Amino acid sequence: MATLEIRDLHVSVETKEGAKPILRGVDLTIGSGETHAIMGPNGSGKSTLAYSLAGHPKYQITSGTVTLDGQDVLALTVDERARAGLFLAMQYPVEVPGVSVSNFLRTAKTAIDGEAPALRTWVKDVKTAMENLRMDAAFSERSVNEGFSGGEKKRHEILQMELLKPRFAILDETDSGLDVDALRIVSEGVNRVRENSDVGVLLITHYTRILRYIKPDFVHVFVDGKVAEEGGPELADRLENEGYDRFLTSSVA
Amino acid sequence: MTTTTNETGLSTDHSRAVADGAHTHGVGGVPQSSRAARRTSFDVADFPVPTGREEEWRFSPVDRLAPLFAADTDGVLSGHGVLTAVVDAPEVRVELVDRGDERLGRAGRPGDRTAATAWASYHRATVVTIPREVVASDVTVVRVEGTLPEATAGHVLVHAEQHSQGVVVIDHVGSATFAETVEVVADAGAHLTVVSVQDWSDGAVHAASHRVRVDRDATVKHIVVTLGGDVVRVTPDVEFVGEGASVQLLGLYFADSGQHQEQRLFVDHAVPNCVSRVTYKGALQGEGAHTVWVGDVLIRAAAEGTDTYELNRNLVLTDGARADSVPNLEIETGVIEGAGHASATGRFDDEQLFYLQARGIPETDARRLVVRGFFAELIHEIGVPSVEERLIASIEKELEASMSELTASTPVAVEGSEVGVTTEHA
Repeated sequence: MATLEIRDLHVSVETKEGAKPILRGVDLTIGSGETHAIMGPNGSGKSTLAYSLAGHPKYQITSGTVTLDGQDVLALTVDERARAGLFLAMQYPVEVPGVSVSNFLRTAKTAIDGEAPALRTWVKDVKTAMENLRMDAAFSERSVNEGFSGGEKKRHEILQMELLKPRFAILDETDSGLDVDALRIVSEGVNRVRENSDVGVLLITHYTRILRYIKPDFVHVFVDGKVAEEGGPELADRLENEGYDRFLTSSVA
Repeated sequence: MTTTTNETGLSTDHSRAVADGAHTHGVGGVPQSSRAARRTSFDVADFPVPTGREEEWRFSPVDRLAPLFAADTDGVLSGHGVLTAVVDAPEVRVELVDRGDERLGRAGRPGDRTAATAWASYHRATVVTIPREVVASDVTVVRVEGTLPEATAGHVLVHAEQHSQGVVVIDHVGSATFAETVEVVADAGAHLTVVSVQDWSDGAVHAASHRVRVDRDATVKHIVVTLGGDVVRVTPDVEFVGEGASVQLLGLYFADSGQHQEQRLFVDHAVPNCVSRVTYKGALQGEGAHTVWVGDVLIRAAAEGTDTYELNRNLVLTDGARADSVPNLEIETGVIEGAGHASATGRFDDEQLFYLQARGIPETDARRLVVRGFFAELIHEIGVPSVEERLIASIEKELEASMSELTASTPVAVEGSEVGVTTEHA
């Protein structure tokens, strides 16, 4: 049982007008095997939280702590965080021309595990995971994310989650831009990882739609850079009916 | 258009070059005169000693190239600093001929001072002939080894006769001060690949005029690989003399601290229905590393049905390096299949690094993956396994150098934005 603990996290981004605070004191505790949905209107800081946890250099942590079983995550480099068990499924995965998916996956797996995967089981694992996500075998010879459709990019992210087996996975608007079929396939992938491992999931989304496929244990509503309300799955149902208006007016007032 | 590592503001993601008319051809907005008007001559006296202010020398370190201008000897280079040896395929004919052999000087004409001094100065020429309808079973290697620093001239003719097929590699090693002519003649229907590798040791100064003559329905793949030497300047000129021909011009260069690597191409579409594809990619690292790519394409009025595209990409790995990239396209007829160019010079894409690192891949390995990826497709297109393997090994070696630099210093601050210029024109 591992715990990812975020305490009073403040994060700014550098803009032309100077440092702009985005996160203003985030508190979250995620345990192994739990799924937390982070919901909130545009600009509330959901993606900033995701990228800050992964260590993107654009985001400056101004105060607060993030620990993984007591280890200071913020002191780690981007790749060290990944090797410690953090995984970020990105909203906009980056193209890496000339690097094939299969080479990329093998390199990442080797880096995460600290040793190259046994060839035979690895090839089988990749093949099975790709079939489960309805990905064509030819996919593995394409350059990473180059010319991928929106749905293919998201499936590729979840493919990595299945193969790299993180301790905590942050899914940053993985549902955005997906049609219903793709959403179901991607959700099934996430649920497989949840069933087969002890992964803790931080599911960031603007819409409640994905929560019909991936059932959260906890729901946190993000407004203006911090958690405004928390609850169980029933909070998502309430948001579905009421939208974010209630929170927006209260934050203005 | 001139790009340096100091310019900021525009996206340089080389995977997403977009249409952008916001660039000029030539310096200061002064339109360059037509490439067709550029002087060509076999007489050195027609080319004054360059000062560096001339259009064709403006990016070049003329002081370092000066020994090859032969200003004090009326354009004649008298040195014997280069040894040439050939390992030929069994079906291929190799001769050493005196100047004056009637086969020489038929592909184009010298277009600058060093091309003229090379032509004026060579004593004997190496002629590689792939006979008519012969398919060479192996690669023929012309090994040019620099042994002495005295300024020397050399001449190689590669002649693929009608419907022949073959691969010729011209390999430059050692150290030399060398002005060279490489004539490539592809007769009707020939399929010829010529690779020129500049893998010189430190101190080499090399100016090479490649003149390629492509006859009807012939296919030529011309590849320039520059890794070593102090100053290397290669000027491939291509002329189409028969319809239905096609050329693929590939280039790969990797410049380290203090190296100047320049390639100036000219593709002259003078007859109808020919195809040209130009792809040059370079990486730069270290203080004073300088690369130049100039790609001139001229589609003359008679050249209806022309299909041409040229592309240059530069990847700047460290501060202090400079890449100049100037595509020029002149079109004198609207009746063409297609014509376009793209040029982009970018720093390391930090978002790519972040993505790879976020999957646990350490920074040095991530950088290696990106650079390998940058060159991968181009290397694959070369189609000559021995050259491909050697190139992959050379790039790994270059990367070792930059990675040790990276790990020796404090971690490089990852900057938020890329720098450089992206242009595309069609």
